[in-house]
Amino acid sequence: MNNEIKIKGILTPGKVISVTAIMCIVLVIVIVLSLVLGTADVTFKQVIGLITGAVTQDDPVRLIIFKIRLPRIILAGLVGFALSLGGVTFQALLRNPLADPFILGVSSGSAFGAVLAITFGLSFSLGVPVMAFMGGLLTIYLVMSLGARKMGMESSTILLTGVIVNAFFTAIIMFFISTSANDRLHTMLFWLYGDLSQSQYTQLLIIAPFLLLASIIIFSYAKHLNIITTGDEIASQLGVNVDRTKKIGLLIISLIMGLVVAFSGLIGFVGLIVPHLARMAFRSDHRMLIPVASIGGAIFLIAADTLARTIISPSELPVGVITAFLGAPFFLILLRKRGSQWSRS
Amino acid sequence: MEPILKICNIGFRYGDKQVLDDISLDLYPGEIIGILGPNGSGKSTLLRLMDGVLAPQRGELEINGKPYDRLSRKELAREAAMVSQEQHFRFSFSCIEVVMMGRFPHLKAMQFENKNDLTVAMDALRSTHALEFAERSIHDLSGGERQRVLIARALAQEPRVMLLDEPTSFLDLKFKREVFRLVSSLSKEKGLAVVIVSHDIDLVSQYCNRVILLKNGSVYRTGTPEEVITSKNIEDVYECPVLVDQNPLSGRPRVSVR
Repeated sequence: MNNEIKIKGILTPGKVISVTAIMCIVLVIVIVLSLVLGTADVTFKQVIGLITGAVTQDDPVRLIIFKIRLPRIILAGLVGFALSLGGVTFQALLRNPLADPFILGVSSGSAFGAVLAITFGLSFSLGVPVMAFMGGLLTIYLVMSLGARKMGMESSTILLTGVIVNAFFTAIIMFFISTSANDRLHTMLFWLYGDLSQSQYTQLLIIAPFLLLASIIIFSYAKHLNIITTGDEIASQLGVNVDRTKKIGLLIISLIMGLVVAFSGLIGFVGLIVPHLARMAFRSDHRMLIPVASIGGAIFLIAADTLARTIISPSELPVGVITAFLGAPFFLILLRKRGSQWSRS
Repeated sequence: MEPILKICNIGFRYGDKQVLDDISLDLYPGEIIGILGPNGSGKSTLLRLMDGVLAPQRGELEINGKPYDRLSRKELAREAAMVSQEQHFRFSFSCIEVVMMGRFPHLKAMQFENKNDLTVAMDALRSTHALEFAERSIHDLSGGERQRVLIARALAQEPRVMLLDEPTSFLDLKFKREVFRLVSSLSKEKGLAVVIVSHDIDLVSQYCNRVILLKNGSVYRTGTPEEVITSKNIEDVYECPVLVDQNPLSGRPRVSVR
């Protein structure tokens, strides 16, 4: 039978792959631009020269590019990728386009661990991330066991538990901040607003494989996520194992958030803005949304961090200040423009 | 003919509250059964048990010869499809995307829908007269149009049994009629077995082959509309004085409130 109406909108693996490829090209361009920009003068030619191996060993530019800028850019990319992936996933699982990947309190738990570590003078290469990750794990355990045990995996219960746990840890953090010595205060505040300057290759090697694994697992649940956004009961009727999908999704993303926060501090708004833009461009099918938002998150955070380290050069801002500075007005404009259509994204 | 859905003496409790007690029912292909009863009589629970979203504490359900507890959620979704009363979409999907979700139980985890799935989805939209809004956002449809898309999604599951939970409660007269006519023609054309839970006694009377009247979680009466929809039965179950006469158009019983 001939379909009298031709459908152009059906999603194919080919479409997903080609859009993902385009996003990757943009990502590479942004990385190269970000390598060039900075306090020390580096030219485009030098960067290309380094990549193609035309520049000699002991060139100071080489040091700046490979030891300082590149690891920081890669960290920004990985963190942005993770935050966006987390945003997309949580928004679907909690059926709320405005859910933040930090909403379950993982961030404040990690922050608690980090602030504790800074108070005791532990190092940024090991002590702070480990403590932050432990803090994140503690929160996940609390939220999952308190919020999700008896009542099944109901979204509002999980959300409420997250809010409460968040408030509790924030109180403890404030306690530590108000009683801490002055010299540590700056470090703490900088960390709390998101800091990518401590990046090292070893960290990247820890984050990258976990992130890759997490994104593959989440992507394999993309169709489940689509259906879960239309309601738990309906998803169950359509054959989705809702409880299992929620448990796996919440756990994986919380772990990734704990890991990422441990190395970068609290960088807000990425997990909100980028998925939102992706949804505006590609609607709500998560098979497209997950790769687009994740890579988009990497691009966005690399760009934001480049701004953070160049805008008041030679001094620099916490990257979280930039993302919030861009993010808040962005949302206000959207809110004004879209009004009651907000949730339609 | 073998029944497609067999319900044997099922009972269901929420905590201490006995919601359904000792219900038995055989459902045959091509048949439309209406479930009537006042609020809280267990109508929707019965439907959710038939869909396998809830499991009974006592008794057994069998669909297409297979007991429910041996089927996975996906396998069940290929046998029975549910259309709920109103669904709120928080995320933006086009109608064809929504109907394609009905293909989920037929696809593997990472598998994308192929040409055949698209054909099934388009045919489903065509049978519910919703083909014209295939590419419109589900948000831009009226209640009646959206209900047609949701029925199309249930059809895309290619089920043998279709369950409708008050599908017309938010619709105006025209769309109520449309939904019942649609369901009745689908059941005739495709041999689909249909169960409708509804408060529209007259529409149930007009379109259903069999009626089950529930009271406090038990079957009060079951039979043809003429046998079940009498003023005595309706007054007993709904606790409201009524007059039942004959609908001059369909010849079926018609209920007026006194």
